[in-house]
Amino acid sequence: MTSVERVPEDQIVVEGLTGDAAIAHALKQCDLDVLAAYPITPQTIIVEDYQKFAANGEVDAKVIPVESEHSAMSACVGASAVGARVATASASAGLALMWEVLYCASGMRMPIVFTVANRALSAPINIHNDWSDTYGARDSGFIQIYCQSGQEAYDTTIMAFKIAEDHDVLLPIIVAIDGFILSHNVERVEMLPTEAVHKFLGKRVPFIALDPTKPITMGPLALTDYYFEFKQQQIDAINAVPDVFKKVEAEFEKMTGRKYGMFETYKTEDADIILFTHSSPGGTAKAVVDALREQGEKVGVLRLRMFRPFPAKEIAEAVKHAKAVVVFEKCLSFGAPANPLAMEVRTALYDLEKRPMVTDFVIGLGGRDVPPTTIVEGYEKTKEYLKKGKAPFFETLGVRK
Amino acid sequence: MPMIEIRWHGRGGQGGVTSAELLAKAAFLDGYKGVQAFPYFGAERRGAPVKAFTRISDEPINVRSQIYEPDIVAILDPGIVDLIDPTEGLKENGIIIINTQKAPSEFDYDSARIFTYDGTGIALRHNLLVAGLPVVNTTMLGAFAKATGLVKLETVQEVIKQKWPGKVGERNAAGAKEAYDSCSDK
Repeated sequence: MTSVERVPEDQIVVEGLTGDAAIAHALKQCDLDVLAAYPITPQTIIVEDYQKFAANGEVDAKVIPVESEHSAMSACVGASAVGARVATASASAGLALMWEVLYCASGMRMPIVFTVANRALSAPINIHNDWSDTYGARDSGFIQIYCQSGQEAYDTTIMAFKIAEDHDVLLPIIVAIDGFILSHNVERVEMLPTEAVHKFLGKRVPFIALDPTKPITMGPLALTDYYFEFKQQQIDAINAVPDVFKKVEAEFEKMTGRKYGMFETYKTEDADIILFTHSSPGGTAKAVVDALREQGEKVGVLRLRMFRPFPAKEIAEAVKHAKAVVVFEKCLSFGAPANPLAMEVRTALYDLEKRPMVTDFVIGLGGRDVPPTTIVEGYEKTKEYLKKGKAPFFETLGVRK
Repeated sequence: MPMIEIRWHGRGGQGGVTSAELLAKAAFLDGYKGVQAFPYFGAERRGAPVKAFTRISDEPINVRSQIYEPDIVAILDPGIVDLIDPTEGLKENGIIIINTQKAPSEFDYDSARIFTYDGTGIALRHNLLVAGLPVVNTTMLGAFAKATGLVKLETVQEVIKQKWPGKVGERNAAGAKEAYDSCSDK
């Protein structure tokens, strides 16, 4: 483990950056060897900014402007296989086109950092935010972390390399921000000196690399004989993430004073009802809780960061005293009894002796704004359901019916 | 200071989004811990009415929705007041700043405090043109500093010069100063 020190305040650069630009600046400082990407709104600024850094000679990385996202992720896998530090970015249809290769990246244990500005899937065509794209990659073996602010996106992107490249993990990782809401929102971001980031990350040490002088094969055929064992190893790898994450974050905190956890709890200690969501609605939910607390309501927020692996035990522990958990999620699983986030929460709480009620509200699809009133509506409905002792599996909020 | 919410109205291509962003940058340089600036992206094209938003606070800002009850409304295009309702959701005693040759007394917005300035005239005088058309977004920042006192004119000029180094930035900073000096609620 490298020894990091607190970065003195006078070495920190403060800038007004969009969420995308915050990620691009983080990537600039992470000593990449290769970035391969194809532009798609609302992620485009990440790649555009990084291309500028490359064109200006501010980074050493090879930027590969591929002809599609399928090729982008393929190029990342190839580069990662020779031991390079690799990143890409995408969203929506672009991420969907990568789908086949996502499984190659995780199955071949390539620690690729994949930054995403979450955007809805077609049809109809929509450029705005929901979580359908990365939730669609839920089972692909990628680690998934969702951010609420530009600062958090910058910090998490840096930490992502150290988590992914750890030899106990060796898995690709998605760092996600809400498209437009965060990707195009300018806010105050504190940036570390590049030397401090280099020192924090070190050089990537590949566990094994493609080398023409010592030929090996990666990702070849494994049929009934060994395929399952590969998957068993992936289970072990993703289960190792929480410990590595905590170690990495502890070091990052030493350097910056900032830490975020696998999830954030906000005023949950004495809460009867806990609002459960992530990304930008996680911020709005905290503002709602502040207002409801002033009216004497005992309510708090659990803002999830790590969706994969899902920290089920820790979450059960954090919410078990509550009467209800109110899930707000920007994704649908058509025909399912509930939607991806609520299904995880219900599974996490199932073994509790006394289970909180779990309500599930689908919000904000295709960028439909999620004002505080939408959060309050879900809260009020849940209070009614608690009185009745019964709630629907899920509902949509903020939509014409 | 409670959180201040600002709504910008302009036309596609006029630089309203840039105004919102530059104000946010000026705000954190002036010491505000919480700033947000974000556009409302519809299917807009050049010339169509567009919106953008800025939030400013002494504390980090959690809320991430659009703005429905602004404290301040800034209008970059004199003709747009006929197309949209500038007072929609505006808080009691809120401020409306309009780029127009008219005086505030010529507008009748109940309970709002109205400031006007001739941003288009200033833009023409200072040669603030894009594709031959006057661009008023930097003048609006000067007018905003005067009308609200939330940010300093010097800070606004600084972020303008950072955004456009060299002569373009100098001209825009001078335009902001003239807007600051001439913006008035009388």
